[in-house]
Amino acid sequence: MSVTLLIEQLLNGVQLGTMLFLMASGLTLVFGVMGLINLAHGSFYMVGAYATAAVTASTGSFLIGLSAGIAAAALAGALVELIVIRRLYHRPHLDQVLATFALILIFSEGTRWIFGSSPLLLSPPSWLTGFVTLPGDTRYPIYRLMLIGVGIAISIALYLLISRTRLGMRIRAGESDREMIGALGVNISKLYTLVFALGAGLAGLAGALVGALQSVQVGMGEPVLILAFVVIVIGGIGSIKGALFGALLVGIVDTLGRVYLPIFFRAFMPPSEATGVGAALAAMLIYILMAVILAFKPKGLFSAHD
Amino acid sequence: MSDVVLSLQKLYKRFGALQATDDVSLELRAGEIHALIGPNGAGKSTLIGQIAGNIRPDEGSVYLAGCEITGMSIAQRARLGLGRSFQVSSLAEPLSVMRNVMMGVQALQSHSFRFWKPVARDRQLLDPAYAALERMQLSHRAWTPMYELSHGERRQVEVACALALKPRALLLDEPMAGLGPEGSAKLTELLEALKLEVPILLIEHDMEAVFRLADRISVLVSGSVIAHGDSQAIRQDPRVREAYLGDSDA
Amino acid sequence: MTNTTSMSKNSALSNNSARGVADGAEASKASSHFNRKGLVQMALLGLLLLLPVAAYFSGQIYYVNLASRITIIAMAAVGLNLAIGYGGMVSFGHAAYFGLGGYVAGISAYHAFDFTPFMTWPFSVPGSDNLLVVWLVAAVLCALLALAIGAISLRTTGVYFIMITLAFAQMIYYFANSWPTYGGEDGLPIYIRNTLPLVDSSNALTYFLICFTGLVLAMAITSRLMKSRFGAALTMACLNDVRLATAGINPYPIRLVAFVISAAITGLAGALYADLNGFVSPAMLSWHFSGELMVIVILGGVGRLYGPLAGAVLFVMMETLLGGFTQYWQLFLGLVLLGVVLFAKHGVMGWLAGRERNE
Repeated sequence: MSVTLLIEQLLNGVQLGTMLFLMASGLTLVFGVMGLINLAHGSFYMVGAYATAAVTASTGSFLIGLSAGIAAAALAGALVELIVIRRLYHRPHLDQVLATFALILIFSEGTRWIFGSSPLLLSPPSWLTGFVTLPGDTRYPIYRLMLIGVGIAISIALYLLISRTRLGMRIRAGESDREMIGALGVNISKLYTLVFALGAGLAGLAGALVGALQSVQVGMGEPVLILAFVVIVIGGIGSIKGALFGALLVGIVDTLGRVYLPIFFRAFMPPSEATGVGAALAAMLIYILMAVILAFKPKGLFSAHD
Repeated sequence: MSDVVLSLQKLYKRFGALQATDDVSLELRAGEIHALIGPNGAGKSTLIGQIAGNIRPDEGSVYLAGCEITGMSIAQRARLGLGRSFQVSSLAEPLSVMRNVMMGVQALQSHSFRFWKPVARDRQLLDPAYAALERMQLSHRAWTPMYELSHGERRQVEVACALALKPRALLLDEPMAGLGPEGSAKLTELLEALKLEVPILLIEHDMEAVFRLADRISVLVSGSVIAHGDSQAIRQDPRVREAYLGDSDA
Repeated sequence: MTNTTSMSKNSALSNNSARGVADGAEASKASSHFNRKGLVQMALLGLLLLLPVAAYFSGQIYYVNLASRITIIAMAAVGLNLAIGYGGMVSFGHAAYFGLGGYVAGISAYHAFDFTPFMTWPFSVPGSDNLLVVWLVAAVLCALLALAIGAISLRTTGVYFIMITLAFAQMIYYFANSWPTYGGEDGLPIYIRNTLPLVDSSNALTYFLICFTGLVLAMAITSRLMKSRFGAALTMACLNDVRLATAGINPYPIRLVAFVISAAITGLAGALYADLNGFVSPAMLSWHFSGELMVIVILGGVGRLYGPLAGAVLFVMMETLLGGFTQYWQLFLGLVLLGVVLFAKHGVMGWLAGRERNE
């Protein structure tokens, strides 16, 4: 059955990777276009999940809930950009880190205040529960497969948006030369708000989708945020392609590591010890991967900025 | 020629489609000021980068006092005696003039992993730094913070910082940029007095200063040296006239 | 080309923090400012020393321990301030050193309590409940960890540096979380506080005085360091690293050594903290704590000797007062922090003691 396990875990890895991509693409766009490091990106993930859970609970429709979640996250993103973030573009990174750290505190405690400390319930709609049988007799949850599909669809949409549309052209111009798009007469502040809201909306989508799989609670965005940081550091900050590659790499390595490292250590250690060692090493695996990549390419694999 | 201090041999550097440095060979000899001129975009900055160490050439080598420095870091080159100034003044603004100049003295004396003795009373650091400032007639400003200095004085501090390294060669990147006629004249005078002690590779836009100071001039256009000679020869060189008339509105 | 752009990015990053650095050699220019600044500093340190003593003799042990907490957190922030404020290295992973220091105290006590060796191969290492041993090991291990993390992270600048230090700290956090031997996510209790020869470390006031000594030493070392040749080079690396290289000093080893010293100071504070609380857990390693340390440094005034102390006092006060008033006190902390970052860039010490010269 090891082939079945491998296929299943590979799919889990890809699924984690696609969700990481939704987070990382927004982060990397915001850095690439505005030069801003945003710690509060995980908060939009959380906002998306909470809004989806709340609206799904009151309307009974997951789809309406999901749309509300994306909208809420994008709206939160736009508001945050208008009120706080735009004062930070010309500030040193230290100020950006602190201000967005402050935003995390505000968002997290604010959410706890409104919704309480216990997790909200959000489950996939009934038409997405159940399993499909894949070649090789692997049974795989439909919902997770759907997440992979959504991830792929968003990647393609994002690619088209950036390479084919007017907005994408401006984003690319902004990445290569911030002064230039000003000179082209593009309304930069509107573009920035839009890009920021887009990134926040994608984070909200990821939060809602993953929230139905795990649980919707305060602080849920933070582990994902840090994984997304690892992703964009590996991929090269500012590069969407790097974010996609990095996300899949991190997703697959992390998932496979957690499954196979304990198995590997069981080959020459007592099982209880092997589980401990394997789990501890698996938890460190992607960071070691990051360190190795940085040792050779300090600016990541696909750096857009030299 | 044994008195060659700095020598560039067949340097090439390409950025994508742009051949920024194309077979450049240059020599700086003891006791001279060698000026490097050229229109904007001629590749002067790239060439300076390769001498100073922040750009690696694709091919070719750089020698300082007979020692190959092509693969060395900026700091190693400096300790070997390559002093440079920047086109855009790049001093630590909140610090005093002295603290800026002292850095080079400190680098020469030993490693900087000395954690205890305060620098503010360290005569071993202060005296040579004073001497360098005196050479640039600025010792009276030693304890003034950089940001209170005039533009011309900053230019002088830049050179003093380089002098603190007891350099074998000076690389001055547009030291006259932004100076009025008075400041320019003063710096010209100071540099002229300096050249017997330290040869200078001077990159400069101010043609008046160049023609007055330079013993030899090289003209860089599109990455290669198109002409070479004393100021008389350069003034009359048709290719130089063409390059300048074609490229600038002068 | 690559080199120059990355370097100039880094100096842009450190512009803010660099402002405070300037007072080093310009001591001769000290103006009337000195009196107010000196007074505020003396008052801060004096109150921190005297209030707990008064509290102790009126039986208020809670306040003595609160003062110890402030002191230890201030010391951790002094370490971070050396990296951020004086070195321009925005480390978002100093919890790693704080937590490692804490785990050294915890693990050492655990083995001493059990009479089991920490390791048997290749040689036997027993646990120890001697604070001097704990501190030495904590400082050395934190320095080694920082050497490894710094060696990789300092190859990058700007946002990369921030994210990578964060990621490495997170790595240690997850490791501690999933390593079952020392309690995993539940943490590890220290049943009996580690001891010192001659004095009784389990006495609250004595332990406060130990912590206070640690803080004062850390500040004295920082101050002395920044006036030395090393400090001069570090200041220049922070303000303008191209200038430093042009002057013949390679910025990388200077930064690395400063980073290592900074981590060792924070690690010592972590060891003190674990013994204060009688408990160490992955929370000490969490990125929230890294963030809070940064907040403390900024609240106090970045790159100022007394900034971390002022920041720690303010932070713990807010935590205690607001925390008693509402369980959502971090919401208000967030608002205050946002206000400080956006509008009051010089921190508490800037406000109390006047701006540093040359701003």
